[in-house]
Amino acid sequence: MHADPIAKSAPPPSTADLVRRSLVRKGRWGVAEIGFWAVAAATLFFLPERHLILNEIAIIGLFALSLDLILGYAGIVSLGHAAFFGFGAYTAGILAKHGFADPLLGLGAAALAAALLGFVTSFLVLRGTDLTKLMVTLGVALLLGEIANQASWLTGGADGLQGISMGPVLGLFEFDIFGTTAYAYSLTVSFLLFILARRIVVSPFGLSLRSIRDNPLRARAVGIPVSRRLVAVYTLAAAYAGVAGALLAQTTQFVSLDVLAFHRSADIMLVLVIGGAGYLYGGLLGAIGFKVLQDILSGWTPQYWQFWIGLILVVIVLVGRERLTDKVGALWPRSRTRPAGQAQVLPATPAREV
Amino acid sequence: MLTILFDGIAYGMVLFVLACGLAVTLGLMNFVNLAHGAFAMAGGYVTAVLMNRYGVPFLATLPLAFIVPAIMGLVLERSLYRQLYARSHLDQVLFSIGLVFMAVAAVDYAMGSQQQLIQLPSWLQGRVEVLGIQVGLYRSFIIAICGVLVVALQLILSRTRFGIRLRAAVDDPRVARGLGINVSMIFAATFAVGSGLAGLGGALGAEILGLDPTFPLKFMIYFLIVVTVGGTTSITGPFLASLILGIADVAGKYYVPSLGAFVIYTLMIVVLILRPQGLFARAR
Repeated sequence: MHADPIAKSAPPPSTADLVRRSLVRKGRWGVAEIGFWAVAAATLFFLPERHLILNEIAIIGLFALSLDLILGYAGIVSLGHAAFFGFGAYTAGILAKHGFADPLLGLGAAALAAALLGFVTSFLVLRGTDLTKLMVTLGVALLLGEIANQASWLTGGADGLQGISMGPVLGLFEFDIFGTTAYAYSLTVSFLLFILARRIVVSPFGLSLRSIRDNPLRARAVGIPVSRRLVAVYTLAAAYAGVAGALLAQTTQFVSLDVLAFHRSADIMLVLVIGGAGYLYGGLLGAIGFKVLQDILSGWTPQYWQFWIGLILVVIVLVGRERLTDKVGALWPRSRTRPAGQAQVLPATPAREV
Repeated sequence: MLTILFDGIAYGMVLFVLACGLAVTLGLMNFVNLAHGAFAMAGGYVTAVLMNRYGVPFLATLPLAFIVPAIMGLVLERSLYRQLYARSHLDQVLFSIGLVFMAVAAVDYAMGSQQQLIQLPSWLQGRVEVLGIQVGLYRSFIIAICGVLVVALQLILSRTRFGIRLRAAVDDPRVARGLGINVSMIFAATFAVGSGLAGLGGALGAEILGLDPTFPLKFMIYFLIVVTVGGTTSITGPFLASLILGIADVAGKYYVPSLGAFVIYTLMIVVLILRPQGLFARAR
C-alpha cells in the first residue's frame, strides 16, 4: 500500500518488515474513525434544526485541520493562519459576486489562490526562529486585512462583501435557509479533504514531515529535503484553509473583514488545542468542542464570552496540553496509543537556540 | 513637517516606554508574552479612573499607573508566568493570548467599551512656537519624561549591580545561579518593572494612542515590531526602532492616509526577512 523507502532499500530483514507493517497498520481505518464519520453523516438526517451551526462546525473543523497539518505535523507555529482562510473567502465571494455562481468553481479558485499565497509566503516562514515565524505570519495576515479594508471597491471594505448569490451545488442542490444543503456540502468537502489529508500524513511524505517536526537537524542529515517539504505542506495547508474560507463565504453568502481578523487565527489555535494537535481528528473534535462552548458561553454571558475562552486557554496551557489528550486517550483504551503517542507537539525550543 | 517629526518622536517615545518591558521578557528572557499590552492598559485605566472618578491630578496618578501594573506583573509572574519559562513558544503564545482575551473582556465588563478620555491639566494643553516649529506642550512633556527614563534604564542596565546581574542571568541562567545570583528573583523584579513601565506608558499615551478595552490587541503588533525589529541585545535597538516606528506611523498617516498601516507591516516583514535577529543587533 505504501512505498516505504526503508523497505525498498533493504531486502526483507525483519526490522524493516516490522516497521512497514506497523506503518501500514497505522494507516488503516479504525472502528472509532468510521463511527465518527457515520455519526457526522447521521446528523444530516437527525438534527435538521441544527444544520446552520453544524455547517459552521464543519468549516471550522476543516480550517483547524489545515492548521493541524502545519502545526501538528510540521511544527510551524502560525499566528496568521486566518490570512489563507480570508483570502479563500474573498476569492470565492468576489467570484460569486461577479457572476461565477458555481460553488465548486469558487472552491477550486479559492484553493488555488490560497495555495499560491501560501507558496509565496512559505519562503518567509522557513527562515528564522519561532518568534520570527509568529511575527511574519501575523504580519502577513494583518497586511491582508489592511488590503481588504482599503480596497473597498473590490472587497466592500468595512461594510463587507454583499450581494453574493450562489448557484446550486453541482447544478442540482439549491442552498436553502435551513442550511441543510450548506451543511451537506461543507461536510462532504471536509470529508473528502480529510481523506486526502489522512492519506498524506501516513504516506512517506507525512512521515518525513513528522521527523522534521521532531528534529529538523537530524531530518536533514538523513537526507530529507527539509525546506522543500515545509514549503509543500505550507502550501497544502494554505489551500485547505482557503477552501474552508470559501465554504464559509458560499454558505453564508457574505464575507466581512472579520475573516482576516486576528481573533480568528487565535480562535483556530484554541480549537486545535482543545482537540489536540497531530492526529487530524483534533481539529474536528476541537471544532465541535469550541462551537458548543461558544454556544453555551455566549448564551450565558453574551458580551463577555471571550473572557471564558481566554480562561480556558490559560488553564489548558497550565495543565499541559499533552496531559489533556493523554487523559482523553486513557478513557478510550483502544485508541490510547494513537492520540497519546502522536500528540507530543512541538519540542520545546531551548532558550539558547534563539 | 517638523511638527510631524516632533509628534512622531513623542509617539515613538511612548511606544518605547510601552515596549521596553517586553524587550526584556521577550528579547532577553525569550518568553513570547503577547499579553504585555494588558499591563499597559491597566496603567492607562488606573490614571483614567483616578482622574475621572476621584479627581486626582494627572501627575499624581502617574506613580500609581506604574505601581499597580508592576504589582500585577509581579503577582502574575510569581504565580503563572514562571511555570512557562521552559515551555515551548506555542504554549507561551496560547497562554498569553488567553490572558489578553481575559483582560479585554474583564475591562469591557468593568469599565464599558467606550473610549476613556483623560482631561490633561491646563498647563499641558496647547502648543507653543519654538524656533518656528509648532510644539505641543504635552508632547514635549512626554519626550522629556521618556528621555529621562531611557537614560535611567540604560544606566541601570549598564552600570548598576542589578543590571550586571540581570545580563548575567539572561546570558546563562545556570552559570549565574551557580555564581550565587538569585535568577528567579531577578526575573521577577525585571518583569514587574517592565509591566510597571508599560503601565506608565499606557497612562502617558492614553491621550495619544487612545484607550479602550481592545488596547492590548490593537497595539500588540506595535510592541512586537519594536522588539523584533529593534533586536534585543541592547536597549538602544528597541529605542531606535520605536522612534522609527513612531515617526513612520505619524508621517504615514499624515501624508498617505489611504495606505494606513500598510507601510509598517511591510517594513516589518522585510526587516524580519533580511535580518531575523533585528535591525540593530549583531548577528549571533
